[in-house]
Amino acid sequence: MTKKIVVTGLGATTPLGGDVPTTWQALLAGESGISLLQDEWVKRFELPVAIAGKAKVPASEILTVQETKRLDPSSQFALIAAREAWADAGAPEVSPERLGVEFSTGIGGVWTLLDAYDTLRDRGVRRVLPMTVPMLMPNGPAAAVGMDIAARGGVRTAVSACASSTEAIANALDRLRSGELDIVVAGGCEQAVHPLPIAAFAAMHATSRNNENPAAASRPYDVNRDGFVMGEGGGAMVLETEEHALARGAKIYAELAGGSVTSDAFHITAPDPEGSGAARAILKALAQAGASTSDVVHINAHATSTPVGDIAEYTALLKVFGDQLPNIAVSATKSSTGHLLGGAGAIEAIFTVLAIKDRTAPPTLNLDNQDPEIPLDVVVTPRKLADGPIVAISNSFGFGGHNAVVAFRSYER
Amino acid sequence: MALSKDEVLAGLAELVNDETGIATASVQLEKSFAEDLDIDSISMMTIVVNAEDKFGVKIPDDEVKNLITVDDAVSFITNAQA
Repeated sequence: MTKKIVVTGLGATTPLGGDVPTTWQALLAGESGISLLQDEWVKRFELPVAIAGKAKVPASEILTVQETKRLDPSSQFALIAAREAWADAGAPEVSPERLGVEFSTGIGGVWTLLDAYDTLRDRGVRRVLPMTVPMLMPNGPAAAVGMDIAARGGVRTAVSACASSTEAIANALDRLRSGELDIVVAGGCEQAVHPLPIAAFAAMHATSRNNENPAAASRPYDVNRDGFVMGEGGGAMVLETEEHALARGAKIYAELAGGSVTSDAFHITAPDPEGSGAARAILKALAQAGASTSDVVHINAHATSTPVGDIAEYTALLKVFGDQLPNIAVSATKSSTGHLLGGAGAIEAIFTVLAIKDRTAPPTLNLDNQDPEIPLDVVVTPRKLADGPIVAISNSFGFGGHNAVVAFRSYER
Repeated sequence: MALSKDEVLAGLAELVNDETGIATASVQLEKSFAEDLDIDSISMMTIVVNAEDKFGVKIPDDEVKNLITVDDAVSFITNAQA
């Protein structure tokens, strides 16, 4: 019989709040985390995109001086999120050899790398910080989390652009189900609100240029959507075998019932317009969960607010759910948080877990004129979900044709 | 004009604080960087490079291993200014 894997701790730092309760409350209240960037470099480089979702609580307000000096900003978010999740899980006693970490970033230590290059160019080789390499490496966040909780069962980093942290959670599920580990801290983070990634995403016209009205810029499914809005932060969850969680009397939020990854092999950035790879990922996750499409009551969609991406995901959903799709409450929470890239899947998985636990689907902002091509039942004010056993999924897709889906189920012993 | 030893100590304490968060008052002449202040070699290298900028001196890499105590560093910098 397949082992049941459960969620026993949540942690996050996001554009909506410095922890999970604050973030969730702000999300349900319909707040936007998007604002006009105040950094001098926005004007210096004449960036066409001047908006982003900055972390509500700067990492420097939480971590020690040494931690902020030695960790890339992305790893700082990872550590904050993981510590909250770990404490929320009751700082479980577990054999270090049976404790693992799956922690992702989409882009890695971009601030460290580019700052170091500026230093080399402007101030010479001797001024390049000795910690530059461990700070910029993409496994830096996972390593920081692993050291913090003394995980010796293997610390890994899946990198698949904006699907990264959903893939991390799916990988955690595999490692727990196989019996290799008792607990995995899984999640993702990003801090790429730097002029170079902003310029690069703008060059490919992937991001919204609605600088005049930042809070309205991220508008999934709206006819006037014009791209995503970058966000920063991180999310983490403590995943545990049911057996281990029950033995220590842990509180259980939900069951992580399925997690799967597929790939399009279609185009490096464009989604497959048929949505075939995404549809397969959803079906695989549901099969792993032992769930049928009619069990699904809520979807936290990838829905970045790009013109083509939102439609491709809809096409995939229609393929999978068909006539049942109008009965499913769909939330596009990037409308509030912006797109955390490698951290997006982690915070959206947390929202999906909380939606199940609180039986409330969170709202989607800025849906003023729903695109007639995407006739989903989009949640615009917090909506009550059904009582009884329910399943909800969270989708993430990334450049490279990566599709990752996780399925959660309300927990019953 | 060259700084006095006290002035170098005060300036160095600020650099240590900036890098590690250790209170400036704890950075005293008799303290060992590694043993008493728990400053590792990586932080030490950063402090050294910042000290070069702040005090306008050169601290060769070979010299850094001899800077065991705060007094060692303050004396080296004070003399190097002259």
